[in-house]
Amino acid sequence: MSSAVATATEIRPFHVEFPEDLLDDMLRRVASTRWPSKELVEDRSQGVQLATTQALARYWTSDYDWRKAEAKLNSLPQFVTQIDGVDIHFIHVRSQHEEALPLIMTHGWPGSVIELLDTIGPLTDPTAHGGPAEHAFHLVLPSLPGYGFSAEPADLGWNAGRIAQAWAELMHRLGYTRYVAQGGDVGALVTDTMGRLAPEGLLGIHVNLLVTVLGGPQPEESEEERAAAKQVATFRQDGFGYFLEMATRPQTIGYALQDSPVALAAWLLDHDTDSYYKISRAFVDGEPVGNLTRDQILDNITVYWLTGTGTSAARNYWEDARVLAQALASGQPPPAVSLPVGFTTFPGEIWRTPRSWVENSYPNVSYFNEVEKGGHFAAWEEPELFSQELRAAFRSLR
Amino acid sequence: MSTAVETATDIRPFHVEIPDEALEDLRRRIAATNWPEKETVTDHSQGVPLAMVQELARYWATDYDWRKCEAKLNALPQFVTEIDGLEIHFIHARSEHEDALPLVINHGWPGSIIEQLKLIDRLTDPTAHGGDANDAFHVVIPSMPGYGFSGKPTTTGWGPERMGRAWAELMERLGYSRYVAQGGDWGAFVVDQMGLQAPEGLLAIHTNMPATVPADVDAASLAGDPPPAGLSADERRAYEQLIRTYGQVEYARYMATRPQTLYGIADSPVGLAAWLLDHNDADGQPAAAVVSALSRTSSDSGELTRDEVLDNITFYWLTNTGVSASRLYWEYKGGFFNAKGVSIPVAVTVFPGEQYQAPRSWAERAYPNLIYFNEVDRGGHFAAWEEPELFSQELRAAFRSLR
Repeated sequence: MSSAVATATEIRPFHVEFPEDLLDDMLRRVASTRWPSKELVEDRSQGVQLATTQALARYWTSDYDWRKAEAKLNSLPQFVTQIDGVDIHFIHVRSQHEEALPLIMTHGWPGSVIELLDTIGPLTDPTAHGGPAEHAFHLVLPSLPGYGFSAEPADLGWNAGRIAQAWAELMHRLGYTRYVAQGGDVGALVTDTMGRLAPEGLLGIHVNLLVTVLGGPQPEESEEERAAAKQVATFRQDGFGYFLEMATRPQTIGYALQDSPVALAAWLLDHDTDSYYKISRAFVDGEPVGNLTRDQILDNITVYWLTGTGTSAARNYWEDARVLAQALASGQPPPAVSLPVGFTTFPGEIWRTPRSWVENSYPNVSYFNEVEKGGHFAAWEEPELFSQELRAAFRSLR
Repeated sequence: MSTAVETATDIRPFHVEIPDEALEDLRRRIAATNWPEKETVTDHSQGVPLAMVQELARYWATDYDWRKCEAKLNALPQFVTEIDGLEIHFIHARSEHEDALPLVINHGWPGSIIEQLKLIDRLTDPTAHGGDANDAFHVVIPSMPGYGFSGKPTTTGWGPERMGRAWAELMERLGYSRYVAQGGDWGAFVVDQMGLQAPEGLLAIHTNMPATVPADVDAASLAGDPPPAGLSADERRAYEQLIRTYGQVEYARYMATRPQTLYGIADSPVGLAAWLLDHNDADGQPAAAVVSALSRTSSDSGELTRDEVLDNITFYWLTNTGVSASRLYWEYKGGFFNAKGVSIPVAVTVFPGEQYQAPRSWAERAYPNLIYFNEVDRGGHFAAWEEPELFSQELRAAFRSLR
């Protein structure tokens, strides 16, 4: 027993180190996968194609090296601290520029901190990436509760609201009294919620997914709006199954995700159409798009496998769906985001968000831009471009 | 090379014989299951609870004996024949009563022919089960394409419409010129299609998951809107049951859009078991009838037992049909419980544990030639499996007027 008394608010250094047995077991399971028959179509319309999953499995068991990802993580300053009863893992990279703006950035599903690693250099050290020193950020990258190296909540109620409060506490604990927040996917929901809660010290937010679309229809006046609405409708019709399953039966799907690495990989690959084809091409044709390389994709999947968080991450949807259902049933609109909001539309995103929708959702839009490349995993796919967007979005708040 | 020339329409005997290695591999995989942590609720609202799956897995990997199920299947006359390019497996049990009425029974998902085994004796040999010789059936129980020992389609198009035509071809090939058809769950969709196709020789259908919902109620229930005005008490109750059901069919929505992504139900026995267990009935999700069967180790009156639940799951595992079976949801683009316009004679039994209790008023409108309608006091979504005696009585009564 250690003589040091760990207080709940203590910030402890964290180091990733998975035992060899666990890696062996994973690879043994991948190698002994029992495959289903091939899909009956030539596209992704029945799900993740057999050739894609088999190419991924082949690469996973032959060329892939988890230890490289582990070394990359361990070269970063990682910590854990208990917040609201759950151990939260985070990467905390301070810029060498003392005036840097503190930024807490939240990953999504099916992502993890892996998505955000390649933005660390450009954001904390802009001068090495073609930007001025005044654009530097002190960067905090937490793992969502139930994801990656954060602990899995054993109690109910870890929805976006509770996570948003935890992030405010984390920034406070790190001594940041003025900071900004950013997120895409689930991270966008958390960041949007932080905007609504407006904790002391939060100056503004930037999101790259317009989560208000899930709360109700957006205007369909212009050509651009109608095109986006059509994309939303297609997603709800055809691409929403994973969302609904996790939002209602996370435990049921969890058995397969926990027991079969290939099942987990396929489940995580089956997100939006744009990213699916980019990732599929990386494995089948060896032609990655942007930074979405085979190693990057497998780093993320392997984090889920090794931490055993397929089920607990799915449960996050169950929690948020309950809140969403309650909010819709109450008929009460959530509090508005009066803080400045920045938004970047990436063209490959599930729906190509028009500026008008952003303005309809947030009264104080301080930044809007549509860029020419990148998709749902914008930070992961195009870390340089993404970082430029954050610099531009938060310039006025410094 | 055999000198006998096999024609495509040949009917060949079929025998189940799973190699020992497959059973050992199954047990090994179950024993090596990597488990998720426990759900964070104390009810079934996050899915099949950990304790339930672990208890089932413990029994599955130790005392459960697939060979008993195999012996049961092999004691029955089983055949395969190619129809429309695909091998179709079926049980064909003829009654000793020559005038018996031919009956094709269609299983559903997450079921298989395992659901119907307890019906066979009761239907073919009614005198041994308190019935009358005049109520005997010749019974045909096919495995749907992609299910059990039938072939797995390699092209799209095998929806209930095509299955309906295949069953008509099967009955014709068996020499039956006058027959009836029965189904629940997907089987109900297939027999509705058969009713619409009205192939020569099909006298009537019986369904235990009738599609009776009027268009306005169907639209309102699917949208989650308030019920249309003017519903009777029974209709109002059915409407509320539909709303509940549509909140419990995310598994169906998933399989309708992404069946291939369910690699885990091919690779993980426990992943498959949980997926198959999570079908609802009126009393719960997972179905209350199946949950209670998990603690029933023996049965005198045909009640569903733990072994039967595992027979069905093991059947999916050993045939590796989790994903191919799921594709049926993808194939079908029609409505769920909406009236389809079947005009041939239809018989309906309403079981209290079914998704919704079809009101007689709706059944009469949906099936203008309704020859039989009965509400029974027990049994649910898996009626044939749960209450084989009652189910058999219902089929005898339903089709009596057609003999």
